[in-house]
Amino acid sequence: MNNSPLLQIDRISIGFRASTGQILPVLRDVSLQLSRGQSLGIVGESGSGKSTVVLAAMGFLKHGLQLISGSVSFDGNNMFELSGKELEKLRGGKIALIPQNSGQSLTPSLKIGTQLTEVLKLHTGLSNDQYMDRIIELLGLVRLPDPEAIAKRYPHELSGGQQQRAAIAMALAGDADVLLLDEPTTGLDVTTQAHILELLRDLSIERNMAMAYVSHDLGAIARVCDNVMVMYAGEAILEGSTRQVLTSPFHPYARGLLASIPKLNDPRLPVALDGRPPAPGLAGEGCAFVSRCAIASDRCHREHPEMQATPGGTLRCHHYKDSERISITGTGAQPARAQATDQMSLVLDSLSISYHIPSFFDSLFGAKQEIPNTVDDISVKVTKGETLGLVGESGSGKSTILKTVAGLLPLRSGSVKTGDGKELPPRVEHRESRQLQSIQLIFQNPDESLNPRHTVAQILGQPLGLYFGLRGKEGEARSIEILRRVRLGGHYMDRLPSQLSGGEKQRVAIARAFAANPELVLCDEITSALDVSVQAAVIDLLNELKKEHGTNFIFVSHDLAVVRALSDRVAVLYQGRLCEIGPSDQVYALPSHPYTEVLLGAVLEPDPDVAPKLLAEDVVELSPPARGCPFQRRCPRRLGSVCDNQEPPWQQSEDRHFIRCHIPIEELHGAQVEDAA
Amino acid sequence: MLRLLARRLALGVLTVILVSVIIFAGVEVLPGDACTAYLERDAEGPILEACQERLGLDRPAYIRYFEWIGAAVSGDLGMSVGGNQSVAELVGDRLANSLILAAAAIVTGVPLAIFLGAVTGLWRDRPIDLVVSTTAIFAMTVPEFVTATVLILIFSVWLGLLPGIVLTPPDAPVAEFFPEILLPVIVLAMVMTAHILRMVRSSVISVMSGEYVQMAVLKGVPYWQIVFRHAIPNALLPAINVVALTIAWLLGGVVVIEVVFNYPGLGRMMVDSIADQDLPTVQAIALIVATVYVGVNLAADILTMFANPRLRTQLMR
Repeated sequence: MNNSPLLQIDRISIGFRASTGQILPVLRDVSLQLSRGQSLGIVGESGSGKSTVVLAAMGFLKHGLQLISGSVSFDGNNMFELSGKELEKLRGGKIALIPQNSGQSLTPSLKIGTQLTEVLKLHTGLSNDQYMDRIIELLGLVRLPDPEAIAKRYPHELSGGQQQRAAIAMALAGDADVLLLDEPTTGLDVTTQAHILELLRDLSIERNMAMAYVSHDLGAIARVCDNVMVMYAGEAILEGSTRQVLTSPFHPYARGLLASIPKLNDPRLPVALDGRPPAPGLAGEGCAFVSRCAIASDRCHREHPEMQATPGGTLRCHHYKDSERISITGTGAQPARAQATDQMSLVLDSLSISYHIPSFFDSLFGAKQEIPNTVDDISVKVTKGETLGLVGESGSGKSTILKTVAGLLPLRSGSVKTGDGKELPPRVEHRESRQLQSIQLIFQNPDESLNPRHTVAQILGQPLGLYFGLRGKEGEARSIEILRRVRLGGHYMDRLPSQLSGGEKQRVAIARAFAANPELVLCDEITSALDVSVQAAVIDLLNELKKEHGTNFIFVSHDLAVVRALSDRVAVLYQGRLCEIGPSDQVYALPSHPYTEVLLGAVLEPDPDVAPKLLAEDVVELSPPARGCPFQRRCPRRLGSVCDNQEPPWQQSEDRHFIRCHIPIEELHGAQVEDAA
Repeated sequence: MLRLLARRLALGVLTVILVSVIIFAGVEVLPGDACTAYLERDAEGPILEACQERLGLDRPAYIRYFEWIGAAVSGDLGMSVGGNQSVAELVGDRLANSLILAAAAIVTGVPLAIFLGAVTGLWRDRPIDLVVSTTAIFAMTVPEFVTATVLILIFSVWLGLLPGIVLTPPDAPVAEFFPEILLPVIVLAMVMTAHILRMVRSSVISVMSGEYVQMAVLKGVPYWQIVFRHAIPNALLPAINVVALTIAWLLGGVVVIEVVFNYPGLGRMMVDSIADQDLPTVQAIALIVATVYVGVNLAADILTMFANPRLRTQLMR
């Protein structure tokens, strides 16, 4: 086998022309090499230039970017000097990309089969009558069920996981030697992600491909890559074996990054990495990380560190020998836990929600279909000061429940009651000002939930004026006080959302919720759009707010470790039905319900030695079964017809820990302990 | 699938019925009726009453509404007040003329708009885009009668190439409107092209910078194949409704253009009938225009559903 590198990126710098006419670099002097059979992970936070690197490997620059210096050589071709025709021949053929968001990257008007045929026509010598066989073979290879049917479908008819698999099949169609992956599992459910990563791992070994895997998720990198390159502010700052980088990196940034990841088996809070990377062109003379580094010296401000070989990989740091002073384990604050109390704050009483609202014409034509409720029979009592976490895959109804509590979605039956036993009007228009003020909602994406034309002062002024009549000087003073509480100063008052970083925007959204002085704050995936280091800071902030104000939270997230860090109790949902509810330490320590077991097993830890346990297929069910246990079709411990026909009973495991399953709790525990051994 | 079509159709019919009620009520509250218009200064006392009794105008409004709408459905739109001619006949000729004008404008305007929209979108900010887009903005903002007058000045007065106004009688065969129809068609096509082209342009730009086009580039798909297979079909979807609105606007009678060019279409007839207090004709035209409007938009919605795989599969379910 030829071992000279297949892909060689040599000191490339890429930049864009700013309005001042200067060319500002987004990528500085990045080099990497990739040979057959190797897999390299490229990690970094948003804006670190990691995606730009893989696109440059294909000779592609996003609109507005230009090559400043350096070269990319693939299989002897200089990618930035090839003609359009020559590039077309290589791209999608010998070098192929799996994009981040397959839902957006597949052309909506073309069937999956047509899009695959396109690649086969361009990059293989197959004849017309061989295309269909090859397509079915490829779709089967990525383990899509019923390849013939999938080939005839349009992209939107597939689930997120299936779309991602189709995109992988498309990248494999041209018999790629190098596979570039740009965050291929971001946005997928944990179970789906784990399955896709296993698939990629097997494929790369089987076909002896080279892979460059871009991700911000160290857990995913740990599963598929031999080597890792860490990027920061457009530079490669550390390169080494995955084990080295993930267990004992020598670079302060990599250590900070590891410490900021919440861990499933460690209830302590992650440590936030304060500050943010310099904007392009503002890195200055010294080390780009200097303003956030705990061990920086004068030299770091003056002198830009070069990549140097060390026992812990190649890295860019003057003081790597001292880096061990920075802890990589979660030594953050202890999570605040609520005191046990009988005082209620919110009661959901057999809540059922249906998205299917009979329309005027349905009732006119007398159409009557029995469609199972989207969310069914949810009864939960939230005590004062308690944080309830809701977890489950997409489609589990967690956000739906939040929106119903907030009054944004109509409920079908049951009720939402406040602590004093009063029923809340189901619709937000019918709620009194006092009730509105006491329940506040924070959305996932602050870019969409903050009005881009309102300054921070206006954003915070609205709830203050509306609920407390605070305007003018008074309102301003109060706004500044609230900003301080979310650790943003008064100088943020005149800024517009576009002038804030992602983390700052989410803090403003949190500040807006707290401006109403609420009793209950509903958090819908509020850390999902943030980088890990920023996420850690937001988790820390919520923890502080909880400690200081005793506010109730209902916290929805697909990230189980984040939920653990913040919640007193966790409710596990599948298809809009409760499976398990109990104190989070108990649920996480010994999951009882088979679904909880599946979910927790699929979580990827940033540790190359921990493999996920894939207990059930990642099929996406469009609607819950009409009868029996909601999890019957995927359950690894399914008993038989009793699961299909009878609703499982609630069983009490310990104090306040309940599960809903036909299998007796003791048996479940026993089986799980046995499996673990 | 059928249910959804039936539902949209039912909604369309409901809209037309509501419009007919509004038209009828609107005409009803106007001072005067067919008799006052017909008798003019004699409309007084017993003569007026006799006339009203003869035409049945003394009966309650709702009975007359049902009579009118019932007859309209069977194609009988009543008699014109002035000429004692059947409204259906009068309006029929004019409608045909308006349809010819609209069809000619659509046949030239829509393909031109899609072509220019794609060109300007693909060569965004290049000289060709700047020239075409600026012209389009002019065509949209300058009122039609100004454009029309300028074109008459250039082509008929200065160059003497085309007739400036239409002198052909309304009931003449189609062929006789040529070449008089050319200038009105050009003006209409200019305005509608400008509207549709801007929509197509922005749609092409957003699709071409989208992720699936980038993905196609990285799959090694040649540029023109990307444009024709991946971009244009998706870029045209949002244009369908704009095209429909423009067509509805055209068919609804383009009053100003028809008046400027003396073109015997529906729009001019509407204006004339209002001046003549020819209420049955006014009612008939309003009803036809409303039906056309609803019909064209319905057709566009259905076309969008079939052209968009996302909606189409929902329908088939």
